[in-house]
Amino acid sequence: MSLYAVEATNIVRTFGDDNFRALDNVTLRVPMGEVFGLLGPNGSGKTTMIRILSTVLSPTEGVATVAGFDVVKHPDDVRVNIGLAGQFAAVDDNLTGFENLRMVGLLNHMDKARVVRRARELLEEFGIADFGNRLARTYSGGMRRRLDLAAALVANPPILFLDEPTTGLDPQSRQDLWNIIESLVEGGTTVLLTTQYLEEADRLCKQLVVLDHGKIIAEGTSAELKSQLGNTVLVLTFATTSESEKAVSLIADLSTKPANHEGLVVELTVDNGPAAAADALRRIDGAHLVLTGLQLREPSLDDVFLSLTGHKAEEPAVLDGAPQGRRSRRKVQA
Amino acid sequence: MHPSRTSLRWAVSDILTLARRNLMALVRIPTSLVFAMIQPVMFVLLFRYVFGGVIKVPGLNYVNFLIPGILVQTTIFGAVGTAIGLAEDLQRGLIERFKALPMARMAVLGGRTLADTARNLMILVIITGVGMLVGFRPHSFFPYLQASLVMLTFAYCLSWGFAYVGLAAPNSETAQAMTFPLIFPLTFASNIFVPTAGMPWWLRGFVTNQPVSQTAEAVRGLMLGQPHGQSTYISLAWAIGLVALLAPLAVRRFRKAA
Repeated sequence: MSLYAVEATNIVRTFGDDNFRALDNVTLRVPMGEVFGLLGPNGSGKTTMIRILSTVLSPTEGVATVAGFDVVKHPDDVRVNIGLAGQFAAVDDNLTGFENLRMVGLLNHMDKARVVRRARELLEEFGIADFGNRLARTYSGGMRRRLDLAAALVANPPILFLDEPTTGLDPQSRQDLWNIIESLVEGGTTVLLTTQYLEEADRLCKQLVVLDHGKIIAEGTSAELKSQLGNTVLVLTFATTSESEKAVSLIADLSTKPANHEGLVVELTVDNGPAAAADALRRIDGAHLVLTGLQLREPSLDDVFLSLTGHKAEEPAVLDGAPQGRRSRRKVQA
Repeated sequence: MHPSRTSLRWAVSDILTLARRNLMALVRIPTSLVFAMIQPVMFVLLFRYVFGGVIKVPGLNYVNFLIPGILVQTTIFGAVGTAIGLAEDLQRGLIERFKALPMARMAVLGGRTLADTARNLMILVIITGVGMLVGFRPHSFFPYLQASLVMLTFAYCLSWGFAYVGLAAPNSETAQAMTFPLIFPLTFASNIFVPTAGMPWWLRGFVTNQPVSQTAEAVRGLMLGQPHGQSTYISLAWAIGLVALLAPLAVRRFRKAA
């Protein structure tokens, strides 16, 4: 097998009579055992890429191999090596959590006794064992997402595709899911995930590509991209202008770009937000200056897109959220 | 084992797994079966007691004419469930999940149509019971089974067309609405409720020869022990023709859907 879990070369995918190019010459290589991120706004082609790599859609042009198998020529060999958790938790509401997992296990052609064991194990691991015999329709959003991820893991696939795994989740559920993904990777699983959140990509992904309108517009490690994409800004507000003026001379050297001083507010561009903040606070405190506000502003996806493309990471509202949106997008593309 | 035999075995297993999953919905939402029953029961009562008095069928008690027709109508309406079910699965991302699994490609459609046929069978038994309560008397048991087989086969083959509709529709509500213009002329411009003798000649030609009328003719003849010409064979020929045409369309649509 090759060194890469996923190799996609010059992938093009068009939709509809007007040949809308959802993916335009995308090439990426996902090393084994890493978390690789596809970062981009709605409609950038992330989901289409995941669907092609998981054999759900075929590419219009280009070649992709997953676990060393061609997705078009040997889709069944690909399928035994992957798990897919799509954008909207694809669980059957009329089945219990356990039954959902059993169904997926049986469709993976696993031995019946093993399916039962594995389903119990996953329910336990994902903290839904107590709800295993309840219908999925009674589950909270976070539980559904965990069940969905568990379903993708029933057959212990070495490669996992996650399409916006935490979109729409509350902070605690998001944190839980991140922990699960990290422990999977520790266990040797390769993960390719899509996200709209820079924070998520930063936390989980070793390498990233940024997609916009079906094209890769940037790639590299999270740190590389971040330095390319703008930095954390430390915003300090003081009680009086004279204090803010004194402060500038004390802390300006912490900023990688010239410090921005306006009225009561001082803005510093920093690499390591928390460390710079602590340092700045010590100096300000030592000089007995009164601080009235402190804020660390991380670069957002909007900042990223603004700096890379000159336009905001926005798409018409019709492409957003809810399951309906997915189908609407099909229509838009068609 | 020979690889093709292994894959056939798995295909059967996958179809059964999914058929079972689809039937679980009936167990988990029992009201859906009740609601599926309301319409045919209303039709039985409406035609038996409201319109039935003025509909004359030579040599037959109208209730015996009516119930086989209602059964055919109900099983065909059952195919709408195929469209709705697949549209829902698509909408909820389940089709996407199934397509990424190493399962038989045709199992999603095979499991759905099989489950819908099982559901149809349940409804058939219940509506027969309702019919008997209002005076329906089938001629004998074995031909009744034959008749059931004829209409379930016809509805099964037709449901592949509805599978196509379900996969092509943007959501389940639209899927349901899209089936209506297909179902309505087939079941109402037919001999299901009234004999064709009273219809204008231009309509009668269509009504007599269209597949649903042929199926109703066969079912009625078998259930009542009356001559029904070649209608059984014509119905089965339609069924085979429909499935040969519609199944490849549905499968092609399935390959594109996600």
